[in-house]
Amino acid sequence: MAETSHPHQITGAEILIRSLEQENVKFVFGYPGGAVLHIYDAIYKQGHFKHILVRHEQAAVHAADAFSRATGEVGVALVTSGPGATNAITGIATAYMDSIPMVVISGQVPVAAIGLDAFQEVDMVGVTRPCVKHNFLVKDVKDIASTMKKAFHIARTGRPGPVVVDIPKDITANFAEFVYPSTVEMRSYNPVTKGHSGQIKKAVKLLLEAERPMVYTGGGVVLGDASELLVKLVQALGLPVTNTLMGLGGYPSTDKQFLGMLGMHGTYEANMAMHECDVLLAVGARFDDRVIGNPEHFYNKDRTIIHVDIDPSSISKRVKVHVPIVGDVKSVLGEMNDLVLQEKPQQSPALKAWWKQIEEWRGKHCLNYLNNNGFIKPQYVIEKLWDVTKGDAFVTSDVGQHQMWAAQYYKFDKPRRWINSGGLGTMGVGLPYAMGCQFAYPDAQVACVTGEGSIQMNIQELSTCKQYHLPIKVILLNNRYLGMVRQWQEFFYENRYSESYMDSLPDFVKLAESYGHVGMLIEKPEDVEGALTDAFAMKDRFVFMNFITDQKENVFPMIPNGKGLSEMILAEDL
Amino acid sequence: MRHIISLLMENEAGALSRVAGLFSARGYNIESLTVAPTEDPTLSRMTIVTSGSEDVIEQIIKQLNKLVDVVKVLDLNDGKFIERELMLVKVKATGGFREEMKRMCDIFRGRIIDVADGTFTIELTGSGHKLDAFIESLDKAAILETVRTGASGIGRGDRILKV
Repeated sequence: MAETSHPHQITGAEILIRSLEQENVKFVFGYPGGAVLHIYDAIYKQGHFKHILVRHEQAAVHAADAFSRATGEVGVALVTSGPGATNAITGIATAYMDSIPMVVISGQVPVAAIGLDAFQEVDMVGVTRPCVKHNFLVKDVKDIASTMKKAFHIARTGRPGPVVVDIPKDITANFAEFVYPSTVEMRSYNPVTKGHSGQIKKAVKLLLEAERPMVYTGGGVVLGDASELLVKLVQALGLPVTNTLMGLGGYPSTDKQFLGMLGMHGTYEANMAMHECDVLLAVGARFDDRVIGNPEHFYNKDRTIIHVDIDPSSISKRVKVHVPIVGDVKSVLGEMNDLVLQEKPQQSPALKAWWKQIEEWRGKHCLNYLNNNGFIKPQYVIEKLWDVTKGDAFVTSDVGQHQMWAAQYYKFDKPRRWINSGGLGTMGVGLPYAMGCQFAYPDAQVACVTGEGSIQMNIQELSTCKQYHLPIKVILLNNRYLGMVRQWQEFFYENRYSESYMDSLPDFVKLAESYGHVGMLIEKPEDVEGALTDAFAMKDRFVFMNFITDQKENVFPMIPNGKGLSEMILAEDL
Repeated sequence: MRHIISLLMENEAGALSRVAGLFSARGYNIESLTVAPTEDPTLSRMTIVTSGSEDVIEQIIKQLNKLVDVVKVLDLNDGKFIERELMLVKVKATGGFREEMKRMCDIFRGRIIDVADGTFTIELTGSGHKLDAFIESLDKAAILETVRTGASGIGRGDRILKV
């Protein structure tokens, strides 16, 4: 501790708290420890934000991440040095892959101890460098406020992402005056916002003249709050549209112009239209391997690609683009709408023929499944979940088959309702994601669709849910397998189910009850709807629903690894 | 193709590791990398010699621009430029070698900057090719030690990289 304090001076810890206050932070998700004790003492004395005590640092970061996904605000997590910091890494990498704005504050050993292998020391700036948008080590108490200002600015502008601020313990005890900068000036960081007008004109012309146009949008539309403008554009031009896993809700799923999700487990009609189109408008998406499969196969067909993205490095990374437009999707879509409005477009005969072709593809009903063998079908549970929640819940998921079924069968009509780990594919996010959503919207229906593998990766958060009375509904699709691993082993490894069976599962009902929650076991298809209705009627209770599902159910359609968009395996093929 | 990329970045702790980390994480080649502060001590200038297809070079430039500490990036190969590299070579200088080394050094316009009983240390500046040629022309047995700085580059005429 510094020996004296001048009249207008406060500690670094207090400066940090005041900075969070200036950023209007409502929730800090965290876990205390030695290096952050001064900060926790300052938290004890403040009244502006609520600190949420999780049971593992990974969950703190995931919850902050989900808070951001659900609200659009910057999520904030606080962890101690060393193991606290390394536990946070999976959460940070998850947010980085999906471009989620977050500020993660980590404690560090005192400045004089850095580099001496001190107790609970880890080079946090070094360890997180490849999975953050930027990071800072604060070495002077006078820099805390300006660093926090920069951290929030960097996290939320341009292509958003997580920013780590690592603060040594002695810095949080030293004194300085608190001056929070009103603006940020960084000569090295000035993200583009407005797209190039000439390119935008060219893009609109291409779309108007297209015979087989297609719109493909990703997480950028959700993050950029550009859904309304997307809907306006797509409807004015009468275009077919698909969303990526990250983009679901960016266009209303129940609208007839929506072809469903595309990609490895996308619909037949979305993938075929993507493959056969002559002009493709890609917005806030990045042509990744789970979306277009093999790029060589994608090149088999000629099409003109217009790509709108705020990150120039996303353009022409996997697929060559003809009309690149670097800019904020909201601003670019706004300009495109203005231009389209002047044109008063009519549906051309070519576009009519294109829609006829799409309807033929749609006629395959690729998401139909057989529901007649006496077992609960996971797809059926999701359909009933949609019915019971009237399509208006926040749905979080973990990673695997259940994630794909949730994406395929829950028709998201609004952005920021579907919360999942798309890029990194992190098992264990579901429950902490549900926590983040429920804190953001205490009265909303929040469902965590999960598997018995994933849920056990952050099961300790049942305790946090009890402490804060979070009325989350866990929808466990329990097939006693790591389902997606099992599916790949069935298709590509001649049914050798190597380590994909989940043995010695807990009694989830008793487990939930031991944490003070409601547990339900559902084993028959005819009980599914009633159980969901009962669970969601318990508005103030956390309900853990263990659905015993058909063990051998697979996710269809499926594009095998290394294959192209038109090379799907459909359920009917088998 | 070989490209020389110049960049200006904030002269801050960890900035170099961000650039080096980017190259290793994304599997880009680094032939050489040099860095030092500029006349403005808040800025460092880095010269990276790399190679790759045009698509890869385009990605490298974009990814470098994305780093928050990087202020400006210039692909010198987009125009006319000069590159220079400094090499120090310690060679055997005994008996007949002594005169031979002095002569080779003169031919390549090098300078002998350290003289000892059995060795010379030669300083040589030029393009990478010139330095390679000098090494090639020496008797391998005479070379005791070499050290090279890696290339520094600058645009010709009014091609200026400045904030």
